Amino acid sequence: MANQAHAHAETLALREQFDTAEQQKDASTLGMWIFLITEIMFFGGMFLMYTVYRDTYFPVFALASSSLNAVIGAINTAVLLCSSFTMVLAVRAAQLGQRNAIIIFLILTLILGIAFLGVKAYEWNEKFQEHHVPGPTFHLEGTGEQGQAQLFFSLYFAMTGLHALHMVVGCGMLIWLLVESRKGRFTAEYMTPVDIGGLYWHFVDIIWIFLFPLLYLIDRHLGK
Amino acid sequence: MKFPLFPEQASNFAPETDHLLYFLLAVSVFFTVLIFGAIFYLAIRYRRRSDRELPRVLHTPMVVEVLWTVLPFGLTMIMFGWGASIFFHQSKPPDNALQIYVVGKQWMWKMQHMEGQREINELHVPVGRPIRLTMTSEDVIHSFFVPAFRTKEDVVPGRYSTSWWTPTKTGKYHLFCAEYCGTNHSRMIGWIYVMEPQEYQNWLSGGRAFGSLSENGEKLFQDLACGNCHKADGSGRCPNLVGLFGRNVQLADGRTIRADEGYIRESILQPNAKIVAGYQPLMPTFQGLVTEEGVLQLVEYIKSLGRQPGTPAEVSPNPPAPKQ
Amino acid sequence: MITAAAQEREHYLNASYGIKSWLLTKDHKRIGLLYLFTVTLFFFIGGAFATLIRIELLTPQGGLVSSETYNKLFTMHGVTMVFFFLIPSIPATLGNFFLPMMIGARDLAFPRINLLSWYLLVIGGLFALFAMLAGGVDTGWTFYTPYSTTYSNTWVIATALGIFVAGFSSILTGLNFVVTVHRMRAPGMTWFRMPLFVWSNYATALIQILGTPVLAVTMVLVFCERVFHIGIFDPALGGDPVLFQHLFWFYSHPAVYIMVLPGMGVISELISVFSRKPVFGYSFVAFSSVAIAVLGFLVWGHHLFVSTQSVYAGMVFSFLSYFVAIPSAIKVFNWTATLYKGSISFATPMLYAFGFIGLFTIGGLTGLFVAALGIDVHVTDTYFVIAHFHYIMVGGTIMAYLGGLHYWWPKITGRMYPELWARLSALVIFLGFNLTFFPQFILGYLGMPRRYHVYPDEFQVLHVLSTAGASVLAAGYLIPMVYFVWSLRYGQMAGANPWGATGLEWQTASPPPVHNFDEMPVVTHEAYDYTTVLGEVEVG
Repeated sequence: MANQAHAHAETLALREQFDTAEQQKDASTLGMWIFLITEIMFFGGMFLMYTVYRDTYFPVFALASSSLNAVIGAINTAVLLCSSFTMVLAVRAAQLGQRNAIIIFLILTLILGIAFLGVKAYEWNEKFQEHHVPGPTFHLEGTGEQGQAQLFFSLYFAMTGLHALHMVVGCGMLIWLLVESRKGRFTAEYMTPVDIGGLYWHFVDIIWIFLFPLLYLIDRHLGK
Repeated sequence: MKFPLFPEQASNFAPETDHLLYFLLAVSVFFTVLIFGAIFYLAIRYRRRSDRELPRVLHTPMVVEVLWTVLPFGLTMIMFGWGASIFFHQSKPPDNALQIYVVGKQWMWKMQHMEGQREINELHVPVGRPIRLTMTSEDVIHSFFVPAFRTKEDVVPGRYSTSWWTPTKTGKYHLFCAEYCGTNHSRMIGWIYVMEPQEYQNWLSGGRAFGSLSENGEKLFQDLACGNCHKADGSGRCPNLVGLFGRNVQLADGRTIRADEGYIRESILQPNAKIVAGYQPLMPTFQGLVTEEGVLQLVEYIKSLGRQPGTPAEVSPNPPAPKQ
Repeated sequence: MITAAAQEREHYLNASYGIKSWLLTKDHKRIGLLYLFTVTLFFFIGGAFATLIRIELLTPQGGLVSSETYNKLFTMHGVTMVFFFLIPSIPATLGNFFLPMMIGARDLAFPRINLLSWYLLVIGGLFALFAMLAGGVDTGWTFYTPYSTTYSNTWVIATALGIFVAGFSSILTGLNFVVTVHRMRAPGMTWFRMPLFVWSNYATALIQILGTPVLAVTMVLVFCERVFHIGIFDPALGGDPVLFQHLFWFYSHPAVYIMVLPGMGVISELISVFSRKPVFGYSFVAFSSVAIAVLGFLVWGHHLFVSTQSVYAGMVFSFLSYFVAIPSAIKVFNWTATLYKGSISFATPMLYAFGFIGLFTIGGLTGLFVAALGIDVHVTDTYFVIAHFHYIMVGGTIMAYLGGLHYWWPKITGRMYPELWARLSALVIFLGFNLTFFPQFILGYLGMPRRYHVYPDEFQVLHVLSTAGASVLAAGYLIPMVYFVWSLRYGQMAGANPWGATGLEWQTASPPPVHNFDEMPVVTHEAYDYTTVLGEVEVG
């Protein structure tokens, strides 16, 4: 009897190109992994640019990096790591078919994600106040090489901006998952969207784990 | 109407390049004839005679696959080695090469001989001497291409690139820009004039009035007050430039690099890129205060510092008169 | 009373009507046709630019257009043909239509993403078309910096945006194909029973997924430098122009394999069917496709031999470039060997297959020339390179595409094309092509640089020959346009398997039903097992 109920839950979500629910889940998961690989190649290009220019202009990049607030960056890192944790808990809840738990953990993840974006907005505003935004009013104290300093900040804004864009998309995805969860769409038999949504969220988190030390922690020492 | 089907050979690299070409052509013709012939023969010999025909399935003998993988691979390795050796040869200008500077800009070529002679879109050189070109661009990427010499090298803004060859035949040869550079890319062309050595001397002496590159560089050195810091006795706040060219330099970050033309250029335009060990980053940049041609003059002047009188850094085309 | 309409069987073309049923379709077959229409349009736009170029090059000093215009013509020819025709062509038309059918699936893994891919190509194409109509772009399809970021005053950004968007079309198609091949094969359809066309498209999809994002980020950086003047590629702003070339070619070299691998897949099918034998060395051909995809990522520096790249890097890239030639050679030998003791038909698709093998062989052999450092120094940036890649892209890919279109036309439309006209145009195309591009090898070695509006007089005769060839080639391309359209109404009706081919797509009606198969196929035979189709008199 339970099997029939499960089968019913499956077939409701089964798309016509697939033969079984398992095939659909496998295909969706593989699809998300491949998409994430393309994202790695995309961000990878930017990371490559950053690496090349950091090597070429190391002293100025170190100086520019030290003007970033590493404490705030570290707090943001912790925020994102926690959000990945709550996301994992949401996926776990979905695997166990616990509708209310899914909703709670998705909301927590969303709150943490928005918090991250809020902190980022604060940081960017600070950079704007300090005239560290590339453009006609740019100036970084402590060096004559303003061109190189501008390059650092261009890469900073491009990379954190691209990351933030992915976060915004991720938040949108979380909202959609929330809406569907409230409708009771996810059960222990069918929770693929939560699963692959989790994959995406973790990926965006990992990108930040690389961005933070690369951008904020060049040549830093404790107590500096 | 006369039209050529093959370019002249006018440099030391032309025969080398053409010999490799002939080898590649032979291999290509062989395989083309083989494949075209095989298809032609097999298609006719085994043409379908009835609609109900069903050929027997043949099993792939591994040895055939291995053979037609390994044999072509062997041929390609020969091609690689041969091509690489020509390329390597092209990357090593001889020490006694005659140095000439080239600046490319939209849409002309500016040549500077060390003795001061300047040319636009034309380059006069003596036959039989290796010629080394040090080149840069003032704007976008260009490429210095002389088909008769079989040589080509991109000319890139922000750095020096090098091309060398020995002209082997007197005459007049096309010079083309070979990297698309905007509206008049196809008009950024000129001529290389290869002359008998004596004629070249005669031509060269017409350029004395300009002053040699090195003399112009000295004047610029004084105008820009470089000597205020770079004192000849080494007592200034900045490194001594006498004998610098060709020497190894210890940098503040621990690296050791060789002071070539590119290093000198970079030191003038981006002085903080490499700080010499034991010195402060005090030097201002001269970007915008000196043109690429000015930089070339300064480079030549600095090269000339510290050379023993009578023994030039490279053999000049006009060796000093034998002592009486 | 039974009307003819009531008697007509339902299939994917007539199952629903109206523009919405096409623009919102999830059927991979309809999406394939949407792409067919779109890429054909771009082909003729790109071809129009080519026509103007060849006419202008009749005389050494030009005369028809200004240099500014000429520079835009060759740029837009390249951009249109590469990004909006060749890259999508075979995978998005024939691949979309037949890959699911060949493995016994009802559709691709992600039909809505498939439709999105098409919209992305159209949107990207609109950006590019806007740029062309608003004044054009003159940087060359390669966008070398700092010319493209600082000096050109044409519509670089709009074009870069168009390419960026179209890139995502390509990435999503690749993603769809990979997941489909991994997860949607019918029972019994093992990897080594798949048609070689599927293997080729799979290998192509791998390249699309891994390479295209790098192009995307490169376009973003060009945009940033051009708009915000950040010093990334312009030395005057502190950047490195050669770094652009590395980033650009890291995608654009594998891209050429995106353009040729699917064509090779078509040829494998054609050679097999029209010899009525399995392809000789099936697994070698299959592995060669994957080898080309992998090795293709390791050779980008061969575009930078004279760019001030280090001598040692040049040697590494030259060495690796010879490696990537070998799998292609293996394929050519295996195709040729397939003919041995076969039953060879000279139907139009087979003529195109022969043409492909011949012209791809020549194009591929000239690749060995440019891979040789010593030769490349002389011929890079000349017409030699232009001839080399046109032999592969046009003599290769386009001939494969036409061969595939003719082969699968009865399946797609339920109609046959007129055989006599088709063979005639194949011959016209073959002759016109060679006359157009063979003289360019000679021009290149003589030293005629590429992207030249005006040129020295002594090159004129060869240019005139080339233009003459181009007019023949153009005629050759127009004829099929006419008879394909004609055949839709007047062509002979086709049965399910007019060629006696194996492959699951031929086990269903022509045109196929909406869900491809009335019941899910179960595969018990190896690939290219003609006993299943004929099973009668064995010969040989």
